[in-house]
Amino acid sequence: MAERYDVLVCGAGPAGLAAAHAAASHGARVGLIDAQSRPGGQIWRHDLRFGAGRAARRAIAAATRGAQWLGGAQIVAAEPGELLVERAEGAAHLGYERLVIATGARELLLPFPGWTLPGVTGAGALQALVKQGWPIAGRRVVVAGTGPLLLAVAAGLRNHGARLLVILEQAPAPRVRRFAWGLAKTPRTAAQALRLRLELAGIPYRYGEFVEAAHGDGRLQSVSIRTPRGLAHLECEQLAVGYGLVPNVELAELLGCRLDRSGPHAAVATDARLRTSLPGVYAAGEARGVGGAAAARIEGRIAGLGACGQEAAAARLAGAQRGARRFAARVAGCFSLDRRLYALATPETIVCRCEDVPLGGLAGFDDGRAAKLATRCGMGACQGRICGDILAALGRYAQPAAAAPLFPVQLSTLSDP
Amino acid sequence: MTSFDLIVVGLGVVGAACADAATEAGLRVVAIEPGGIGGGATAAAMGHLVAMDDDAAELALSRYSLALWEEFADLPQAQFSRCGTLWIARDERELGMIDAKITRLAAAGIAASRVDAAELARLEPALVDGLAGGMRVPADAVVYPPAIAQFLVDRALARGATLMQGRRVGALRKGGVVLDDGTILHGPTLLTTGCALGELLPQLTLRARKGHLVITDRYPSVVRHQLLELGYAASAHGSDTASVAFNVQPRPTGQLLVGSSREFDSTSAAASMPMVRRMLARAVEFLPGLRSLQALRIWTGFRPTTADGRPYLGPVPERQDLWVAAGHEGLGVTTALGSARLLVDQLLGRIPRLDPAPYLPARVWR
Amino acid sequence: MNAGADVLLEVDGIPISVPDGANVAAAVARATQTFRRAVGGGLRGPLCGIGVCFECRVRIDARAHQRACMVLARPGMRVQTRG
Repeated sequence: MAERYDVLVCGAGPAGLAAAHAAASHGARVGLIDAQSRPGGQIWRHDLRFGAGRAARRAIAAATRGAQWLGGAQIVAAEPGELLVERAEGAAHLGYERLVIATGARELLLPFPGWTLPGVTGAGALQALVKQGWPIAGRRVVVAGTGPLLLAVAAGLRNHGARLLVILEQAPAPRVRRFAWGLAKTPRTAAQALRLRLELAGIPYRYGEFVEAAHGDGRLQSVSIRTPRGLAHLECEQLAVGYGLVPNVELAELLGCRLDRSGPHAAVATDARLRTSLPGVYAAGEARGVGGAAAARIEGRIAGLGACGQEAAAARLAGAQRGARRFAARVAGCFSLDRRLYALATPETIVCRCEDVPLGGLAGFDDGRAAKLATRCGMGACQGRICGDILAALGRYAQPAAAAPLFPVQLSTLSDP
Repeated sequence: MTSFDLIVVGLGVVGAACADAATEAGLRVVAIEPGGIGGGATAAAMGHLVAMDDDAAELALSRYSLALWEEFADLPQAQFSRCGTLWIARDERELGMIDAKITRLAAAGIAASRVDAAELARLEPALVDGLAGGMRVPADAVVYPPAIAQFLVDRALARGATLMQGRRVGALRKGGVVLDDGTILHGPTLLTTGCALGELLPQLTLRARKGHLVITDRYPSVVRHQLLELGYAASAHGSDTASVAFNVQPRPTGQLLVGSSREFDSTSAAASMPMVRRMLARAVEFLPGLRSLQALRIWTGFRPTTADGRPYLGPVPERQDLWVAAGHEGLGVTTALGSARLLVDQLLGRIPRLDPAPYLPARVWR
Repeated sequence: MNAGADVLLEVDGIPISVPDGANVAAAVARATQTFRRAVGGGLRGPLCGIGVCFECRVRIDARAHQRACMVLARPGMRVQTRG
C-alpha cells in the first residue's frame, strides 16, 4: 500500500496531535502515525475504565477531524520522502513532503538487584498497563523513582483499586519543596498539584528514599528501601519505578537529523523554529528533550504550522514555547538523580535483559560496539534501547546508533513489494 | 622497541591468524589495528566454514584451511556449530551439476552426498515444495569470527607479540612503516587490511563488495543446515551488477541469519532497503515460513574483492619485505587459517603445503 | 469508554476474560506472572509497558515473539507464555 501526504506526523501524543491539528486546519493533507491502536501517546493513553481527560479528548478530536489517523502503524524504516510502516494488515509505504517527529520519550529504567523479577515495572509503565486492563485491584504497589510523574501514576493506580503502600521520591525534601513552590507560580499546575495531593491523602510520600533491591522467588514479593535512617523492607506485588525519561530519537537519527548529545541521552536537535538539520523535517515535544506535556503541545503546534508554511503564526508561539521549556528545566533540576542510583547494580545484576549480560560482563570493554560483539549486550529484541539507556546514564558507553529496522519487524514487511 | 620480525597491519580474522601463525613460528611481531579487533568485515561476516568447489585454487586453500579449523571445534568462544551445508537445486538442470561437484569435493578430501527431493524435504521441512534436491556437505560448520579473531590475537600476545591498537599505518616506507603519530617501525611488513589495502598499496586492486544480512529473533529448529542455493556461486563469481542469492544460516542461539547480496559501487555502510527487499524476496521463495518471522537487525559488510576472486597471498613484487594477505571476498573466515600458514611459510622460505602461485600478487602486477 | 462486551480468550489453555479494549498483557496477567523465560532461564514479565523492552513477548495464535502490551486482546485468541 502506498500513500502520499503533505505532512506526516510521527507520534500521536500531545505534540503529534497538536501538529496534526495545526497542519490539517490549514489545508494540508496530514497523516498521523502511531504504533498504538488509539491516539494519545503515553501521557494521554486511553484508560479503559475512565477514558481520557478533557484536554486529551479535545486534542484527539481536533486532530482526527482533519488528519488521517494511521494507528497500529510501526515505523520501521525511513528514506528521504518515504516511511516504511508495518500494520496488522501489511506493510505500507507513506510518502511525505514534510515530516514532524513527535516520537516522545521512554522511561529510564535503572538496574538494581532483583529488577528482572516479574512484578517490577517502570512507573509510567504500570500506569500504561493498568489503563489497558492490567489487574491491579487489591494488589500492593510501591511507586518509586523521581518526578511529578510518580504522583500521577499513584493517583491513577489508586483509582483502579490498587493498594498503594508508599510513594518513594529519591530527591530530598528541600528540592521537592522547591518544586512545589515553583508550581504555585502557575495557577494551572498548582491546581493540578493540589488535586493530586488530595487524591493521595493517606498514602505515605517519602523523600530521599529509593528502592535498593527487589526480592522474590520467580516473582516480586518484597523490596528493600534505602532511607536516611537505614534499610526498610516492604512486601508488595508490584513495584512501579521510573527515573525520568529518555527521548526517542531513533527515527530522527535514521533519517540523518543531527542529535543534541550534550546530555547523557541524545535528543533531536532543532533551531528555534523546531526545524531539524534535515530540510522539511521538524521535531516537537519530548523527542527534543524532556519538557512535559505543556511544552509538547505548544511545540507540536509550532511544528505543524511550520510544516504547512504558516511561519508567522508559528513564530507567535515562540515566547510561550520558551516559557514552557524554562518551567520544565526548573522541574528537571529539582529531580536530578542521586548518584547512588547509578551504583545499585552489582557485577551480577543483569544489564542487558534481552541477552542476559550482567554488568560485570562488560568490564574491560572500552566501547559499546566491542562490548556488544564480545558479550551480545545490545543484540537482542529491544535493539539496545534499555541497556543502551542504562549504560549511557552510567557514563559507560554512548547510546548505540539507530538503524533500520527501527523496531523488530515481520520479515514479510521487508520482503514484500 | 621499533624493530620487529614482522609488522602486521590490520587485525581482522586474517590479520589475527597471521599474527598467531607468525608468533607460533617464533617471529617477533607487532600488530597495528586502528579500530576493534575483528571489527570490520570479520564482525559483519556470517562465519560460515564452507567448502566451495567452483574454483580449484579456492578449493585447495579452503581444504587446507578447513582442516586447520578443526582445532577450534571445542573452543567455547568459537561457538563452532557443525550444522553442515545443504546446497539446493531448484530444478533438474541444477541437480545435474551436483555429481561433478561431489567428485571435485571428494578429490579434495571433502565428503559430500547427493540428496533427492524427498530426502531434501525430510532434512529441511521448512523448504518450499517442488525443489529438485541438493547436495549435503556434512563437515561444514558455523563459527563466531570476532571472538576467534580476539582469541588468535590473545594467543599471539601471550607469545610476546606487541599490539598497537587505536593506531593506524600512515604510509609504507623502505624497511617498515610510519604510523599516524609519526612513529617509525622497522621490519618486514604484512598488509592484512582487508578493503583498506588501496590506501597503502594502490597497485593491488581491491574493490569493496557490499553485502546485506538480516537476523531474526530466536526460532530454534526451523532450519538445521546452512542452506544455500546453487546459484550462490554464480552470484559470488559474477560480474559487477548487483545480485542476490539465497543463503540462510541457523545460529547456535536459534536465530536465523539471512543473506546474501553483492554489489560494488556503494561506499555507504547504511542498509539499502531496496536491496534488502530483493534479497529477502529471494529468500522467502525458498523458505516461505521466513515471512512470518521477526527480523531484529539488518547490517552490511564489505567483502574485499580481487578481479579473479582469489586473495592476494604472498610478496609484493618490486618491493623488499612487503607482503599481502588480503582480498578474500566471501571466504575470509573459511580460508583465514590456511592463508596465514601459506603466508608465513613463504615469509620464512619454507616449502608451503599448497602451490602459492594462484594467489601471488605478482599475477596482477603491472 | 468501555462499550464492548468482555473478550474471551485462552492463556496457556486457561479461559480468561478481559474488558473490550484490553491488551493481551492484561489477559496474561490474569493467568500468570510469567510471560517468558530469559536466555538464562529467568522468569520475566513486562517492564516498560509501552512496547520498547520486549520482555512481554508471548506466542499468540502460533506466532511467536508478539509484544503482549502492544496487541489488543481479541475473542478466541490462544496465547502461550513460556512460563
